[in-house]
Amino acid sequence: MAVTVEDVKRIAALARLEFTADEEERLTGELNSILHYMEKLNGLDTDGVEPTSHVAPVANAFREDEPEEFAHVEELRAQAPEMVEGYYKVPRIIE
Amino acid sequence: MNYETVIGMEVHVELETAAKMFCRCRAHHFQIPPNSHICPVCTSQPGSLPVINGRAIELTVMTGMALNCQIRRHSVFDRKNYVYPDLPKGYQISQYGEPLCEEGWIEMRVDGGETGRSLRRVGIVRVHLEEDTGKLVHSGNSSLVDYNRAGVPLMEIVSDSSLRSSEEACEYVQKIRQLVRYLGASSGDMEKGAMRCEANISVRPTGSVDFGTKVEVKNLNSFRSVRNAIDYEVKRQIETLEEGGSVRQVTMGWDENDGFTREQRSKEYDDDYRYFPEPDLKAVDLSDDWIEAVRSRLPELADARAPRFQSEFGLTAEEAALLTEDQALAAYYEEAASKPGADPKQVSNWIVGQLFRRLKEEEITIEEVQIRPDELVELIGLVKDGTINQTAAREVFDRMWEKDAASPTRIVEELGLKQLSDSGELEQAVAAVIAENPDAVKKIKTGNEKPIQFLMGQVMRATRGKANPQLVQELVRRQISG
Repeated sequence: MAVTVEDVKRIAALARLEFTADEEERLTGELNSILHYMEKLNGLDTDGVEPTSHVAPVANAFREDEPEEFAHVEELRAQAPEMVEGYYKVPRIIE
Repeated sequence: MNYETVIGMEVHVELETAAKMFCRCRAHHFQIPPNSHICPVCTSQPGSLPVINGRAIELTVMTGMALNCQIRRHSVFDRKNYVYPDLPKGYQISQYGEPLCEEGWIEMRVDGGETGRSLRRVGIVRVHLEEDTGKLVHSGNSSLVDYNRAGVPLMEIVSDSSLRSSEEACEYVQKIRQLVRYLGASSGDMEKGAMRCEANISVRPTGSVDFGTKVEVKNLNSFRSVRNAIDYEVKRQIETLEEGGSVRQVTMGWDENDGFTREQRSKEYDDDYRYFPEPDLKAVDLSDDWIEAVRSRLPELADARAPRFQSEFGLTAEEAALLTEDQALAAYYEEAASKPGADPKQVSNWIVGQLFRRLKEEEITIEEVQIRPDELVELIGLVKDGTINQTAAREVFDRMWEKDAASPTRIVEELGLKQLSDSGELEQAVAAVIAENPDAVKKIKTGNEKPIQFLMGQVMRATRGKANPQLVQELVRRQISG
């Protein structure tokens, strides 16, 4: 399965990224070489092997339902490029 | 041509946990200053890591059980990738291939069938858990974002496509709402956004087996919206087909103010979200013991409680349905009806009559009612033993409603409402009324019974409603014939 320039354009659009034609060309090549590398895994026989979603042999790392206020809310807000009346301001999103 | 409507519902339910889904911020977000319950996790700061709130898992599994679902022993969280400022991470932690609950059903009464109402089973495809998103306010050429809601546990319940009308869709949402409220999983409050719906709607010629092209309608945040949006969309689709056109697969947003659906964006395909297992979270593996422990904590639900009320308290199906509509109301009724000496039927009459009237007038819920179940029973007892009559009882009830901590017995004394059952005192009142109304008396003597009610009313008025009606009638008859 080879990646085409069209695939790169579509993935870029989904990620809201913009590339020049040169960059698209370069990324297509790079993605293909990464996929080619991953192709090696297809040589393994995985019949009857459960798909892995996580490598650590742990499950159910749950937290108690106990709220605790974050001590640095102000600092967090101060990192925003722009705040308006307590809101984070971002460019208008068109629905 | 006749068309059949096919509807599937997706209901998003905010869980009533104290903390958010993956961090310790308070989950409460209604009417508080923007961006006050936030931390590095729910604002997606680099390096922050989510940890699962176990209570959210429990509430979702409980809901799945109540919806007769299979509970997955092994469940995984996935990343749903999309770029939008309501979640700054660039993805939403959700569940895709292995949700917590699958393949269930819920029963509801719908119009139709021999009795006019028949039991219908609606399939539940899945119940999964995800994080809610931040809120956006659009103003001018910028958008403002509040992350108080970001990361609040959000349960999504997906039905199959067996709903056939807007009425059925509303009934379904009503049942889901009742269920999550009974479970204590959510307030189900649509006005506050604790429950939000989307409908997948299509139409097809009656008798056709193939499905028509479906349109997804979002932003259904009230029962009114569910009903109006579906009716609107069904009409639009049928008109399109009748004009020889075809329905396009699109996502629409319902505009409640303008009353129509508006196309949102061309439908993205599922793989556009490029789901993959969330590497920051471990899988959820539920043991049989854990699952059975949750099952043992399931409360009795309305569908079981209503028939029990019928058999235990001698209620009609309608009364039982009304009294079990809401968990708190059912608990109130049951406490009152179970008191020693209580008359369950009378308790039901008082709640359905007087109490409902006041709840509706003042737009409050049963939790806010001052009158305790035992006080209501006491009041009913005062009518039963003849201390007060029905008219006086209503007055006492209204007084109890206003005043807290006053027992009905004391109110009766304070207001001097004790029923006049002393025949000496009543004899005089009756005699006076008879003397004042010779015409009525004449009619009664010639066999016309009607004026008796009139005379009784006069006596009641003279005694300021306190007279024992049975006694009054007896005295009126005796004095006229005597």
